[in-house]
Amino acid sequence: MVIQKEKMNKKRSFLRTAAAYPHMVWSALFIVAPLIFVLYYALTTEDANGNFQFSWSNITALAGENYLPVFFRSICFAIVATAICLLLAYPLAYFLSKCKVSSQRMLIMLVMLPMWMNLLIRTYSWMNILETNGLINNLLTTLGLPNAKLLGNGAAVVLGMVYNFLPYMIMPIYTVMSKIDPRYLEAAADLGCNGRQTMLRVVFPLSVSGIISGITMVFVPSVSTFYISQKMGNGRFEMIGDTIERQFMSNYDYHMGATLSLVLMVLIIICLAVMNRFGEEDGGVLV
Amino acid sequence: MKILSRVYMALIFLFLYAPLIIMVLFSFNEANSLSNFTGFSLKWYEELFQSEEVLDVLYNTLILALLSSLIATVIGTAAAVGIEKMRTRWLKSTVNTISNMPMMNPDIVTGISMALLFAFAMKLFNMESIFGFWTVLIAHVTFNLPYVILSVVPKIRQMDRYLPEAALDLGCTPLQSFFKVELPAILPGVLSGFVMAITLSLDDFVISYFNTDGDFQTLPIYIFGMTKRTVTPDIYSLSTLLFAGVLLMLILSNLLQSHAEKKEQQRANAMRRQARRKTEGGRK
Repeated sequence: MVIQKEKMNKKRSFLRTAAAYPHMVWSALFIVAPLIFVLYYALTTEDANGNFQFSWSNITALAGENYLPVFFRSICFAIVATAICLLLAYPLAYFLSKCKVSSQRMLIMLVMLPMWMNLLIRTYSWMNILETNGLINNLLTTLGLPNAKLLGNGAAVVLGMVYNFLPYMIMPIYTVMSKIDPRYLEAAADLGCNGRQTMLRVVFPLSVSGIISGITMVFVPSVSTFYISQKMGNGRFEMIGDTIERQFMSNYDYHMGATLSLVLMVLIIICLAVMNRFGEEDGGVLV
Repeated sequence: MKILSRVYMALIFLFLYAPLIIMVLFSFNEANSLSNFTGFSLKWYEELFQSEEVLDVLYNTLILALLSSLIATVIGTAAAVGIEKMRTRWLKSTVNTISNMPMMNPDIVTGISMALLFAFAMKLFNMESIFGFWTVLIAHVTFNLPYVILSVVPKIRQMDRYLPEAALDLGCTPLQSFFKVELPAILPGVLSGFVMAITLSLDDFVISYFNTDGDFQTLPIYIFGMTKRTVTPDIYSLSTLLFAGVLLMLILSNLLQSHAEKKEQQRANAMRRQARRKTEGGRK
């Protein structure tokens, strides 16, 4: 009887894990295989007959002057945008966590809402605001001031990134801050901390994990974007994403495109690993 | 301090909403201009609904969103059930890591990796073109899957794990136990996963862009094409509609969620009351 029951249980649990098989097959076909193809295309070139040949030439081309400045620029823009997002989001997340609990949910919805407008449109709308005969310049003209050139410079690209990805920074920081026990703050005050010290020694250390996930969530899309830099920078600031898009959509050089995507992936894996490392260390200190 | 924080919050919200307000406003503009508002009119919306191309694209987008979310929800829910039951640690974590990859990877990498797979398949089978509806559908299912799994798994964990066992012991077949006992318990998670998948699919540009040809267009791809030409306010009315659609889905999913929470709360309260009555009865 017992043995029979055990057999049945085994059969049942087998049946249940089998429910995951379609997903596993799907993932193997459409997640793992494509990533292997990225590697495969990156390490091959095409000869005149359309046959693939193994070659390092794509990888070595990366170090050339065509691509190095692009990488450097992408990383710089992404770092600047991430830093600005952090500076803007941190106080906001703190203030949000101090609001009445009933209104917090509503405010958070309001933070997330613009994200559901298509990114292309959000960016385009900024172009309208900043254009030579756009809204801001119209306003300047009516005030009798000279027009300003606001589009097509680095600041505009950074603005586009900050605008589009700011909610990704606000959300995780807010989430950890809203979980900080208010009694900690009272205890800090009772033990003689002033406002600034409480902030530095209690609130900040407790929010590091949120900051770290916010940084990764902003950095990854910023470094890989291709639309924002094209539109806000008038095509003057080519980033990795733009180069990849060009290789695929106009040069039809899939091999170079794959190589660049590979670099992007490696870059992001490194970034995530470093961030996880920070997160762990911090966790260790806290416990 | 309080005033400072209010002002700061207001400024950030202004920053977040300025482009949206401008977009909605100018979609009602009378003149063909995106910088001078001359008067209110619905003519851009009218024009939109007279254009066969736009209606075509709208139809594509909706079919794609519904179908891909449906497939992702079925596969993803089954997967969540299966993954939760897995005993082998490394297998479980490997499956989880792989299925989360489309979420971690930048869209452009996900899009390109799939495009390479399809391009290779095309070469292998000597096909003219493989890109179009089916490739975009596969891509959308793939990036929707992790979100469905992530919204179903917590519900499975919350569920009393003896429930399906009880059903089986009472003579249900495993399939019956799933559909009659488990599915109702995890339904809120399944539904919110489905709605999430629809919104993501409606909104996606990058991944679709690399996995389609010129013939099959979705709304974001169409909008991208429009921003390359001279732009007229109809693009704004189109986006306003898209936004309204997504907004509707979000409100729906929120309502579903709060409804489920309320029910849960009521049940917990009822149980607590019952327990109290029992202890009071014992004291007497």
